[in-house]
Amino acid sequence: MIDQLPILLIIIPLFAAPLLVLLGSRHLALPISLAVVWSVFGISVALLCRVIQNGPIGYELGGWPSPYGIVYVIDYLSSFVMMFVSALGAIVLTYAPPSIKQEIPFSKHYLFYACYLLCLTGLLGMCITGDLFNVFVFLEISSLSSYALISLGKTRRAPLAALHYLIFGTIGATFFLIGIGLLYQMTGTLNMADIGRRLSEVRAERLLAGLTQFSRTELVAFAFMTVGLSIKMAVFPLHTWLPNAYAYAPSVVTGFIAATATKVSVYAFIRLVYGIFTPNFAFETMPLDTALMIFSLIGIFVASVAAIYQTDVKRLLAYSSVAQIGYMLLGISMSNVDGLTAGIVHMFNHALIKGGLFMVVGCFALRLGSVKLDDLRGAGKTMPLTSLAWVIGGLGLIGVPMTAGFISKWLLLTAALEHDWWPVAVLMLLSSLLAVVYVWRVVELLYFSEPSDKAKRAKEAPALMLIPTYIVIAATVVFGCWTVYSAGLAQKAALALLAITESGIAPGGTP
Amino acid sequence: MTLEDALGLYSYWIVIFLMMTGFYIVISGKNLIKTIIGLNIFQTSVFLLYITMGKVQGGTAPILRDGGGHSDHHGEGHNHGGEHGEAIHQGSEHGSVVVDHAVQQASFTEDVIATVGEAAAHSGAEYQGVLYTNPLPSVLMLTAIVVGIATTALALALIVRIREEYGTIEEDEILAIDRKSDS
Repeated sequence: MIDQLPILLIIIPLFAAPLLVLLGSRHLALPISLAVVWSVFGISVALLCRVIQNGPIGYELGGWPSPYGIVYVIDYLSSFVMMFVSALGAIVLTYAPPSIKQEIPFSKHYLFYACYLLCLTGLLGMCITGDLFNVFVFLEISSLSSYALISLGKTRRAPLAALHYLIFGTIGATFFLIGIGLLYQMTGTLNMADIGRRLSEVRAERLLAGLTQFSRTELVAFAFMTVGLSIKMAVFPLHTWLPNAYAYAPSVVTGFIAATATKVSVYAFIRLVYGIFTPNFAFETMPLDTALMIFSLIGIFVASVAAIYQTDVKRLLAYSSVAQIGYMLLGISMSNVDGLTAGIVHMFNHALIKGGLFMVVGCFALRLGSVKLDDLRGAGKTMPLTSLAWVIGGLGLIGVPMTAGFISKWLLLTAALEHDWWPVAVLMLLSSLLAVVYVWRVVELLYFSEPSDKAKRAKEAPALMLIPTYIVIAATVVFGCWTVYSAGLAQKAALALLAITESGIAPGGTP
Repeated sequence: MTLEDALGLYSYWIVIFLMMTGFYIVISGKNLIKTIIGLNIFQTSVFLLYITMGKVQGGTAPILRDGGGHSDHHGEGHNHGGEHGEAIHQGSEHGSVVVDHAVQQASFTEDVIATVGEAAAHSGAEYQGVLYTNPLPSVLMLTAIVVGIATTALALALIVRIREEYGTIEEDEILAIDRKSDS
């Protein structure tokens, strides 16, 4: 049983989703899906513990040996990402009932839960699988269900936002598929570790034959896959789908997707660069580090400035998400231990912070019936606990010491200084000031202005929503002081990734 | 590149032409349905790309033929493959005889898998004197086609809802309606 945990992690939510639809019960859907998400969280914690104790696990599906069969790889990075994705998935769903009761018609609730579980399956599958085509399939499972989830939003703009996301997302996924095809054509295998190995063989042969080290197929494949994933990660300037999708989706969906979906794409990108193509190829032959740095920095500034001018809290946070993805990519593009650690740990910290903040916004949406800044005026008086949660989460977003955001920014600064990238370090600090502006704008409205009509009538959010919100918000503070299981694990993951590229052996390739 | 080379790659030219056509329709289309059709063409071009790379000239369909009992062995190999883990598991519980049997089975299975796997991995490999087309890309495309259908279905469903709400499927008209309701 314990050996089968990796497959159970995927099977349980995957089979629970159609079960919910088949049952069609409006009352059973919630308990079943809660049981599923929490057991999934339990499994991913168990897997993380096993990885910490015994090192990486390779799981062969159906007993077919790798590289012929599909293999699941659970190492530091994937178990870490799966842990926080399933944690956020579980907490957000626990928080969900009052919010979706208001925002989604009751008759559609079981479909909402089914889509939610499918989306979780897809995200976890992208993390766990060691097979490149499988990544595409899981990517599409999570994307398709998230389009459906977004379209459940109350306003009529929700389906349009979902359709835009669908068009962008499908182009991204198809680009990724083209890249996979070209790689398969070159190497004849789909196992990621095996592709990495064969690529290095091809390169060695080409050098011996007096050709350039990298073939054009490889360059084109890499370009397609990078652009495809960049759309999914919402890297500036491919982020245009994100603000509308986040703004018009139901609050719960925004919380879940904002906390997990883009992070998992970043994870896939890390695997691509460090597990398959090697940073040497990505950052020295291809100018990806310069490109990523420039786009990240422009993205951070443009999106932060855009966030300042929003009139809607959800859109404000959505633009801030685009900016934060920039920080992650900045860390990854540095390709040293500190930078990579910063990138990975920021995935975790940002998932907590943004997940928490969107949950706070969900509380406001429930009580005020709107997330317009004008309606939020003075809500600090009638909804003190919710407003306080916004302040704490906001401090984390800015990166104030003692919060999770500080840890990742500190690591990122260290890494930038290690490279002697002074301008980058200065720009990062400046961009934090922009975050102060947009977070403070909301704080000021909440506490220091005359209450709006809606805020006057509002009362505190129900405990069922406040408690999960505070668990996440408290976690941002806890992981700002105690970093053994956040930055510590991220560093182990980063060391393992960099070790792969040095020795040329990836986990799961030779079980 | 000689003309012959360029013509010999005709299948790839078709792929590129379709890909660009689809992509252009997606970018330029104002009508939502047309955009989705463009998306479909774009995806289809990728199916063709995969199938092209799997095709081996003169290769036959990858179905193992009768004769020499090879196909039987192969069939068994498949079954054993599935039970592989289980066999070893039982072995550890029921003493050494079973273990030996399990090990034999396992090594036999691995042999078969390795041969078939090699044949599948290198397109155009011969297996027992017959040249086969690589089946794997076609199988992958079956999955991709399913994904494509799901995407199209979802997109059309969304467009139906958009049409119900806005009364139009022209993107610029929808945006104009949105702008009007904003102000």
